Amino acid sequence: MEAGEKCLANGHAAPSQVDAFFLGNFAGPSFAGQNHLAPYISTALGIHGVPATRVEAACASSGSAFYHAYTGVASGVYDIVLVVGAEKMTSQPTPKVTEILAGAGDCAGEVKAGSTFASLFAMIARRHMYQFGTTREHLAAVAVKNHANGALNPDAQMRKVITLQQAMAGKPIADPLNLYDCSLISDGAAAVLLAPVERAGEFTDKPVRVMGIAQASDFVALDQKPDITTFPAVRRASLKAYQMAGIGPADVQLAELHDCFTIAEIIALEDLGFVGRGEGGPYTAAGHTARTGERPINTSGGLKSKGHPVGATGAAQICDLVLQMRCEADARQVPRHSVGLAENLGGSGASCVVTILGTV
Amino acid sequence: MSEETGTVYTEAVIYSAAEAFAAEVPFQTAIVTLDSGGRVTGRILGERVSIDDRVSRVEIRDGVPFFKKVG
Repeated sequence: MEAGEKCLANGHAAPSQVDAFFLGNFAGPSFAGQNHLAPYISTALGIHGVPATRVEAACASSGSAFYHAYTGVASGVYDIVLVVGAEKMTSQPTPKVTEILAGAGDCAGEVKAGSTFASLFAMIARRHMYQFGTTREHLAAVAVKNHANGALNPDAQMRKVITLQQAMAGKPIADPLNLYDCSLISDGAAAVLLAPVERAGEFTDKPVRVMGIAQASDFVALDQKPDITTFPAVRRASLKAYQMAGIGPADVQLAELHDCFTIAEIIALEDLGFVGRGEGGPYTAAGHTARTGERPINTSGGLKSKGHPVGATGAAQICDLVLQMRCEADARQVPRHSVGLAENLGGSGASCVVTILGTV
Repeated sequence: MSEETGTVYTEAVIYSAAEAFAAEVPFQTAIVTLDSGGRVTGRILGERVSIDDRVSRVEIRDGVPFFKKVG
């Protein structure tokens, strides 16, 4: 609610100007017992009569909502579209949250065998370690870096700097992943207002343009994937987004990557073409993805420190990039911020949305 | 039940489980590449396994294959 109201207010937009509403939400019915959430939230925001649609793609729900909102504006069906991502997770105890989240996996197979999302990514990490020599230190370096960023973000859930020793010594969750490799259980929301380029000036004097965007899909079950150390959906979506934007990985100056678990950020670096296969760990440990590095990653603190209200995450990534691109990121501001990329992953890679933003 | 053997493709040891499995932690899951073809996610009984270990299916409970290390 607050996110939607703030977004409309920041854009000086009246609810009556909104032509369509898209909500990204993974499991509102399970977490909060409320279905039919899109009109529930849109009407609370004062938006009446227009299409209100909930989009579910696990943790990529609001990335996907944004993608569908974009296609609606780009096709000319709508002009002004409000995208809200929202999830309320903390009203349930952790084992229940774990169970609800596992519903994004293959419930007839891996989940029935006892898998959790942490354990699926632990299996991915184990294989990545085996094939490429990725280490526990590499994973911990992701957590340390993202906590350092999140500590500077007033909107982050866990504003706490951690040391490599702490990150290495967290209590085991799903070995080889420990507590510090896992993103947080969060309540949160984020909102984005989309308009055609020629009308953007009505709402802001600092518009940010969607240069490229694509969504891709893959198997839900991890055991159906030929190689679990790479996410084909990320590769496919990013190739299409790069092509649409007319740029390559080297042109991306900063990125918000889906670090649901530390290994996911390492693999995203590889799948997006920022580094070669197996190089994500050493690249992170060398400091290249730090705020002061050559390619800052997750200056928001990422899912790790900012928080991971799953259905809100994709929209939140867009918001964080926009802050940087408008030079409004205060202590977290990076000097090069004209091309930013958001990678929003669903499940263990069955959905992915890649969005490339540029200053107009 | 026919003999089913395979090789561990990857594994994890779960310490924090969903509600239904909370009483069983810690336990190990693995993706096993079956000699008969394909991969399956199952549970490991007894000794912990690592990637490339050989395993044999010892039972199926409610559709879930349980494997044990061999050799």
